[in-house]
Amino acid sequence: MGEPLSLSGTSAPAGVGGGPVLEMTGIRKVFPGVVALDGVDFRLFPGEIHALMGENGAGKSTLIKVLTGVYDIDGGEITLGGSPVRFTGPLQSQKAGVSTVYQEVNLCTNLSVAENIFIGREPRKFGRIQWGLMRKRAAELLTRLDLDLDVSATLDTYSLAIQQMVAIARAVDVSARVLILDEPTSSLDASEAEQLFKIMRRLRDEGVAILFVSHFLDQIYEVSDRLTVLRNGKLIGEYKTAELPQVQLVEKMIGKELAVLDDLEDKAQRTRTKSAGAQPILSATGLGRTGAIAPFDLTIHEGEVVGLAGLLGSGRTELARLLFGADRADSGELKIDGKDVSLRSPQSAMKHGIAFSSENRRTEGIIGELTVRENIILALQAARGWTRPIPRRKQDELVDKYIKALQIRPADPEREVRNLSGGNQQKVLLARWLITEPRLLIIDEPTRGIDVGAKAEIQKLVAELSDGGVAVLFVSAELEEVLRLSHKIEVLRDRRLVEELENTEGVDADRIMQTIASGAVQ
Amino acid sequence: MTTVDMTPATNKTTPTNPRRRVYRPNTKYIPILATLTLLLVMYFTGVANYDNFGQPSVVVNLFRDNAVLLVVAVGMTFVIITGGIDLSVGAVISMTTTLTATLLHAGWPPLVVLPLVLLLGSLLGMGMGAVIHFFKVEPFIATLAGLFLARGIALFINQNSIPIRDKFWKTLSEYRIVLADGVVTKVTSVTAVVVVLLAALVLAWTRFGRNVYAVGGNADSALLMGLPVGRTKIAVYTLSGFCAALGGVLFSINSTSGWALQGQGLELDAIAACVIGGVLLTGGSGYVFGSLLGVLVYGLIQTIITFQGDLNAAWTRIIIGLLLFGFIVLQRVVTRKAR
Repeated sequence: MGEPLSLSGTSAPAGVGGGPVLEMTGIRKVFPGVVALDGVDFRLFPGEIHALMGENGAGKSTLIKVLTGVYDIDGGEITLGGSPVRFTGPLQSQKAGVSTVYQEVNLCTNLSVAENIFIGREPRKFGRIQWGLMRKRAAELLTRLDLDLDVSATLDTYSLAIQQMVAIARAVDVSARVLILDEPTSSLDASEAEQLFKIMRRLRDEGVAILFVSHFLDQIYEVSDRLTVLRNGKLIGEYKTAELPQVQLVEKMIGKELAVLDDLEDKAQRTRTKSAGAQPILSATGLGRTGAIAPFDLTIHEGEVVGLAGLLGSGRTELARLLFGADRADSGELKIDGKDVSLRSPQSAMKHGIAFSSENRRTEGIIGELTVRENIILALQAARGWTRPIPRRKQDELVDKYIKALQIRPADPEREVRNLSGGNQQKVLLARWLITEPRLLIIDEPTRGIDVGAKAEIQKLVAELSDGGVAVLFVSAELEEVLRLSHKIEVLRDRRLVEELENTEGVDADRIMQTIASGAVQ
Repeated sequence: MTTVDMTPATNKTTPTNPRRRVYRPNTKYIPILATLTLLLVMYFTGVANYDNFGQPSVVVNLFRDNAVLLVVAVGMTFVIITGGIDLSVGAVISMTTTLTATLLHAGWPPLVVLPLVLLLGSLLGMGMGAVIHFFKVEPFIATLAGLFLARGIALFINQNSIPIRDKFWKTLSEYRIVLADGVVTKVTSVTAVVVVLLAALVLAWTRFGRNVYAVGGNADSALLMGLPVGRTKIAVYTLSGFCAALGGVLFSINSTSGWALQGQGLELDAIAACVIGGVLLTGGSGYVFGSLLGVLVYGLIQTIITFQGDLNAAWTRIIIGLLLFGFIVLQRVVTRKAR
């Protein structure tokens, strides 16, 4: 079980007739400093739904961009229908029979449904568009996909899910051989996704080869026939979905045996206990946002470190953003200090003593052109209001204090932040929020992409903050880290909070992985 | 270890999916219907209040007096639907009239001058379109440069008004087309109406026309759908340049003269007419017919002021200003509802 299928020869896996419609061998793609794809083989048969799996940075998007002609390859071979091809642009790959539907619908919502399907290929007579014929054909095509739409209505009168399906209709009508669906379900709810799957199965039965990318493991198992796993730009293997248990799939994606993960875990560091009688700072009941995170219950106490665990796209960041008012909840209640509040904006969250250090420090956090001092002072100044500038002497005092406390290197407050290393940038970002003396600090992926030493320092800092009574909501993809720091762990899967675990002796990475892979353990 | 109980919360937010698929009536016609209503109200108010306002010549003269604006507004409509703007049109008019008058004065044959000036206007438009597309320059800036360039060329050629004595031009200027008994019109109005009809046809029935809408709706999507985005963008500015040059020719026919300070601020009138006619400044929505209505509203305000007799001409601008505010707010409300 779970053994890679043979990639040699063109023998089709059972249940699929004929050779592959698309075959990629030894694909290599190099970006400055990174090998994005390293000798990857991939094949796609007519009449199958094939899932491409891998963590962030595994090379999935690069492979898709190679297929759609956005990137040219540095090595390897692509054959389509038996003859070698080389794509140099999206148009060319489309003409060769590879169509892509992206997560964000790439249609013109100001045009009608029929036009969106046919634009650029409208039936014409003497140069004049035959609207009637176009509408008739569009209606026929949609009926084939089991969609009942008014084809003359503009696309923006329909939901995103329907728009996605119109995009698929266009794609299969343009060229019906290979259809790439890149994260099509990420903004759909369960019933919409189900409708999409119905269409995918129908197209598969008609002989279309479908490449499907999704972060939702359940969906992969529901709809795909085979899957290919990538990790760090390398091919891990090609498997039949039905023969590969979810836990093994997750192992292959992450690249560590669960047993090994368990051994890595340093049990001694997990003995930290929550001080008894701590008051809850924040408690959420049924808080949720459609399309982002299913309603969840969560209580965070003073001095408590709450870890959020889950795969990328499982809703970790979405949950954190709701608690910071960056996105507005559309259901449920939130209490802070026992009082009902509604967080309309980050400003209102900040007034309640909530701080949020964002996942994406480069685009959402750090302003590279400003100095360390200016970056650190930013949030405090915003909280005070811009009409009351913080005196320079006070600024210097505060900044010096935090540069020392967090050991920011170089310890020069006037240096531009972009010249600092990733770890130090992260510390500057933390300092910015610590200076506002928050009662609840939300940190999203603080240790991603920084070196081991800086990582340890940031972990130490979180522990110290917690000892000082600050509550921390700690979001990290690294289970070891979550286990080491957290008092309790919230496990997310498919945009749903599936389990809450007190971090006690029995809990280890294996246990959390089980939940991530298979849903809540009953 | 506890499993989070989410049952009550889930019940509370059971998604009411069918609601998201309800068909909404097409909101894109609302601005144009509002303009049509306004136009009719204005017209019948005029008929009720002034003698002779109901005569057909009033309507026919609307087209005569606003032929230039109409032609320019047609080109502008294409540009605005792609999400762009063309500030150069007024200057292109002045360049065209000055050049036409100068060349005719120098004895060039009119049948050489006419295509030449039209070609020049188109080329200037094409150049601006190319700059906008290839160098990703904001249309505002690129056409502002075009404005200075064209106006500069006009002033360089001649700063004074140049009379046209060419026979062909004179004939065109004086030729009267009898539509009905006592109702006559000029070549310029007929040209403008033909331009409007052709443009409406192109926009609704050709691939180029539909590409214009697609580019204005979402240029990135249009590119991924394999549409010739760059070619379409350059084409609309070329078309706008052509329309402006044609406007200049009509101007020189109407006034049998050329003047470098002609058409100042006309680009703004054209934009105003488009907006009042329901063309969305953000692109992707609008009709030539709407811009026609916009121009007629503009013309009708002036007609009413003339009939009233004791009103300052500045009222035209004041009313246009108020209408613009009103229509921009209307567009905002309509598009917000649609999203």
